[in-house]
Amino acid sequence: MGQSDGQIETFYDVMRRQGITRRSFMKYCSLTAAALGLSPSFVPKIAHAMETKPRTPVIWVHGLECTCCSESFIRSAHPLAKDVVLSMISLDYDDTLMAAAGHQAEAALQDTIEKYKGNYILAVEGNPPLNEDGMFCIIGGKPFVEQLKHAAEHAKAIISWGACASYGCVQAAKPNPTRATPVHKVITDKPIIKVPGCPPIAEVMTGVITYMLTFDRLPELDRQGRPAMFYSQRIHDKCYRRPHFDAGQFVETWDDENARKGYCLYKMGCKGPTTYNACSTVRWNEGVSFPIQSGHGCIGCSEDGFWDQGSFYDRVTDLTQFGVEANADKVGLAAAGVVGAGVAAHAAVSALKAAQRKTQDKKEEA
Amino acid sequence: MSETSIHTPNPEMPEPLEASRLTGDATAADIESIRTRTSVFVYEWPVRLWHWVNALAITVLIVTGYVIGKPLPSMQIAEATHQFVFGYIRFAHFAAGMIVTVGFFGRIYWAFVGNSHARQLFYIPVWNKRWWKEVFFELKWYAFLEREPKKYVGHNPLAQTAMFFFMTLGLTFMILTGWALYSEGAGQGSFADGVAGWVLTLFGNSMIVHSVHRLGMWFILVFMIIHIYAAIREDILSRQSMVSTMISGTRTFKDDRPE
Repeated sequence: MGQSDGQIETFYDVMRRQGITRRSFMKYCSLTAAALGLSPSFVPKIAHAMETKPRTPVIWVHGLECTCCSESFIRSAHPLAKDVVLSMISLDYDDTLMAAAGHQAEAALQDTIEKYKGNYILAVEGNPPLNEDGMFCIIGGKPFVEQLKHAAEHAKAIISWGACASYGCVQAAKPNPTRATPVHKVITDKPIIKVPGCPPIAEVMTGVITYMLTFDRLPELDRQGRPAMFYSQRIHDKCYRRPHFDAGQFVETWDDENARKGYCLYKMGCKGPTTYNACSTVRWNEGVSFPIQSGHGCIGCSEDGFWDQGSFYDRVTDLTQFGVEANADKVGLAAAGVVGAGVAAHAAVSALKAAQRKTQDKKEEA
Repeated sequence: MSETSIHTPNPEMPEPLEASRLTGDATAADIESIRTRTSVFVYEWPVRLWHWVNALAITVLIVTGYVIGKPLPSMQIAEATHQFVFGYIRFAHFAAGMIVTVGFFGRIYWAFVGNSHARQLFYIPVWNKRWWKEVFFELKWYAFLEREPKKYVGHNPLAQTAMFFFMTLGLTFMILTGWALYSEGAGQGSFADGVAGWVLTLFGNSMIVHSVHRLGMWFILVFMIIHIYAAIREDILSRQSMVSTMISGTRTFKDDRPE
């Protein structure tokens, strides 16, 4: 990212060219600093980096996916700087957004790889299916897994956008007929940043890119390889309904009085307590709302294998990972019942045996 | 020493319990029983203390843990700011969990410095052929195929196996997954995260950790049913004391036959 060969414009140049005012640009820098958990002193540093450093060349490839990640950040009511950052970085190659098509598009990909060898970031939306030699997802006449490996070979780092690239999402849910496989299980020799979510929050996506540009390094990642500043806490930890959880006030059924009062959705199967994401702080669509605020529990879309964790509407969910269509309570209660009945029967037989023995002993004595 | 007894009576001893005998309180049969009963000190005070603290803490953990997964009906006592019902239930669960953790480490320490019976909990001598034979004997006793049980100073081989799987392995599993779940609230970089955060990564999704932790609760509950039943049954039907041994530390044998 650091070397400027004079050919690549800076982020700021592109923004100005697209009509973003300096005022909006500075707003973007302060908002991003806040989102990344940095002090205000970092605002000029971010601005400086965006003004002087050549923009980050990004190749954006699409595997098995629904394009909701792209939709997440291009559907914005106002032409905010974040949209420009995202559409701008995807200029090099993004088969959904770019103007080129067909052979021209594939040539653009090859050009970008050659031109920025070892310097570009590979952003992956979706994942490669590995069954039938990857024939379930064909890009430019070849299996997607080949394009992914080719593009990854000279990439500086890889960003796995969304639940598909990070964990597999719906196409990898059981029984996963196409053997859809998350990126980190296919590419093992590159630094990979997972930005899970279905889709991830737009501000989180721009935040990650901006951090990498400003500091010339990957953001701090947690154990699962997610940027710690956005994924270190659960939705539950920052949920505005948390006081009702601690008080023991829950929505009992949909549309009951408690639901109208905005009580905690825990009993309705909200996955906030098991989901790491920034929804309850950053929220969606420029901070308008997020699922829990709209009265529906979190479904845990940014968690590994969230489709295979049983119902979205149960708190104690089915243990599908063991191939059992029953939850821990059903299994446990059945086991405790069987053991309890066994103990009762055993106790009864023991008592009978003891009584029998006593009479026998008496007979022997007599 | 006679063939049928491990007990050598003191021939010089005068008639015991004279006062009791003369008032009609002690019968001849009582005195015969006193002569044949023997006892041995088995469980030192830290082992007994651990047992009962553990029992109490696990009871609290099961009750609060069940309610955390399936909460009580909503309560309207005060404004949410002044009402902390679910918070206190969770606090009780976490506090009891920490007591179990500290107790378990204390118990491991005592396995090293305590007497040989303090070590029985932490291993099963699978390499010992004779031990296996005794396991089968004990199984037969529980299947009503043996007329008379054997005498054991510490755990019988079957009990030792159950203790090892349910307590040593079961508690380790519950402590690890419990601390992993606690680390979610304590936050990344916390002590809990440092010691058990990796468990969350191992399972991938925290929902799975919640599910297996709950399954573990039922596992411990099943153990409690078996444990309490077996202890009371052995106390009544076997040739040695059980329940009182965990209070006084002394095992009393009801007869003085060698085996």
